[in-house]
Amino acid sequence: MEEIIKVKNLIKKFGSFTANDNLSFDVYKGEIFGFLGANGAGKTTAIRILCGLSSPTSGDVKVAGFDIYRETEKIKKNIGYMSQKFSLYEDLTVAENIRLYAGIYGIPPKKRKEKMAELLKKLEMENARNKLIAGLPLGWKQKLAFSVAIFHEPKIVFLDEPTGGVDPVTRRKFWDLIYEAASNGITVFVTTHYMDEAEYCDRVSIMDAGKIEALDTPAKLKERYNAKNMDEVFIKIAR
Amino acid sequence: MKQLKSFIKKEFFHIFRDPRTMLILFGIPIAQLLIFGTVIKSEIKDVHIAVYDQSKDITTQQITNKILSSGYFILDKNLENTNGIEDIFRKGKVKEVIVFESNFGEKLKKEGKANVQLIADASDPNTARLVISYTSGIINDYIKKMYPNLQLPMQIQPEVRMYFNEEMKSAYMFVPGVMALILMLISAMMTSISITREKELGTMEILLVSPLRPAQIIIGKVIPYLMLSVANAFVIVLIGNLVFGVPITGSFILLMLETILFIMMALCLGILISTAAKNQMTAMFISMIGLMLPTIILSGFIYPIENMPVVLQVISHIMPARYFVTIIRAIMLKGVGILFVWKETLILIGMTLFFIAVSVRKFKIRLE
Repeated sequence: MEEIIKVKNLIKKFGSFTANDNLSFDVYKGEIFGFLGANGAGKTTAIRILCGLSSPTSGDVKVAGFDIYRETEKIKKNIGYMSQKFSLYEDLTVAENIRLYAGIYGIPPKKRKEKMAELLKKLEMENARNKLIAGLPLGWKQKLAFSVAIFHEPKIVFLDEPTGGVDPVTRRKFWDLIYEAASNGITVFVTTHYMDEAEYCDRVSIMDAGKIEALDTPAKLKERYNAKNMDEVFIKIAR
Repeated sequence: MKQLKSFIKKEFFHIFRDPRTMLILFGIPIAQLLIFGTVIKSEIKDVHIAVYDQSKDITTQQITNKILSSGYFILDKNLENTNGIEDIFRKGKVKEVIVFESNFGEKLKKEGKANVQLIADASDPNTARLVISYTSGIINDYIKKMYPNLQLPMQIQPEVRMYFNEEMKSAYMFVPGVMALILMLISAMMTSISITREKELGTMEILLVSPLRPAQIIIGKVIPYLMLSVANAFVIVLIGNLVFGVPITGSFILLMLETILFIMMALCLGILISTAAKNQMTAMFISMIGLMLPTIILSGFIYPIENMPVVLQVISHIMPARYFVTIIRAIMLKGVGILFVWKETLILIGMTLFFIAVSVRKFKIRLE
């Protein structure tokens, strides 16, 4: 399998505090990679480094085949990002938000129009096209935010706790979108602390105190830790 | 380029859709201009006075009439003795009492000398000073005209001319000041708020992850406010000229170029503030307290810098508005060219470069 993210001996220190302690892992093309850990375990620090928002103290990191130190501009063109904070502009309409991101990622107007029509149809949001984001239900906003994050067809999309504060039904629907993206060949790198979501991932890494304690498929992890579900696995590791 | 265009378009959406922003951008400048225009006055008008005329002859009556017809004074009452003077002042309405001695006209004719006493309410020293100087001006003027041969007590007669502002209009003073104030407010405060807002909402991360370069983000943030500030400056100059009669003696183009320079400086300051402030509130407080008050007080726009304590005089040197006010006063009122304001211009350019350098550094550090 082809590795799309390669991390080797990644260390990130803030003063004397080590947020990422010697991380090494690979993410394969097209998989849904779950990045789990308690709050403060170092997930967000790692995801920020992979996105180029922060630079590592030491270690080799390659994202989409590009070096994190020297080729950040190339990496940026090939990744999408959705943060735990809500990432659309509330005072812009649905169409304006899409146009803005299409513009920032340099998508030509003709292609943008086609894709936007397609997207709005898929999300059943054609009637909301000219409505301000502020007035939409949270579930819609999140689906749209995700769709905007992959609008430029990136190789990888990073989702930092994308489903925070959403009801289970909406979460399930959101995951349908994630599966769809993965089936279109987009690698999904997702952090979460909902353990039911961990079950949906192809492979899962569990971080604790800056270190990766376990990395495997959910089935194998459950077997290894002799647990009924991912929740138990997580509790056994993180304690 | 196209990236930048979509970004700038979005900024304009933010501005035009937020009533608060619109109010700060377009309501406050006009309100401030009108408030300063009508409130700050170094001239007097309709001051209430009382007259105690002990001689009641033609001369004193003519003098009184001349004073009352000047437009500066209104006669509140005629006094019959000196007893009530203190009471009148205590009541507060009357600001000046004029006392003519008895046989004023006769004495003036015969002895060439007569006494008039001006008593003013100096609980407001500025008004008192103005009232006294206006009244004595009028009296001297009358006597000079009626008795050209008479020698006034003063042997030296200064011929006074107020260059660049013959009528001592206060509008000449406040229009440049208000301009500095408003441009500072809009440019620095609004950019710092709009950048910190993106940080608060989390959209800044999305922008930083995108192929937009940090420089493009900064430029995209700055351009809309630059355009709106220039428009604002234009409106202020226009209102100053049409409503308050402030002339533009010098080159209008130079005036606008200097204004753009000042705006750039303020925008860079705004970016700098945004790199230091964590949220919109902090950004607003830093801009308000750190910029507005010093701009009003230390720029020499209302209070002369020369009269300040040495410490404040030194501090005033780091106030950008000080230089801008000097420049635009020179261009608008004195009509001078760049040769006379190059020093101030260079200082502003230097400040702009300094702020750019520091913000770029801090912006990068923040990405770490």
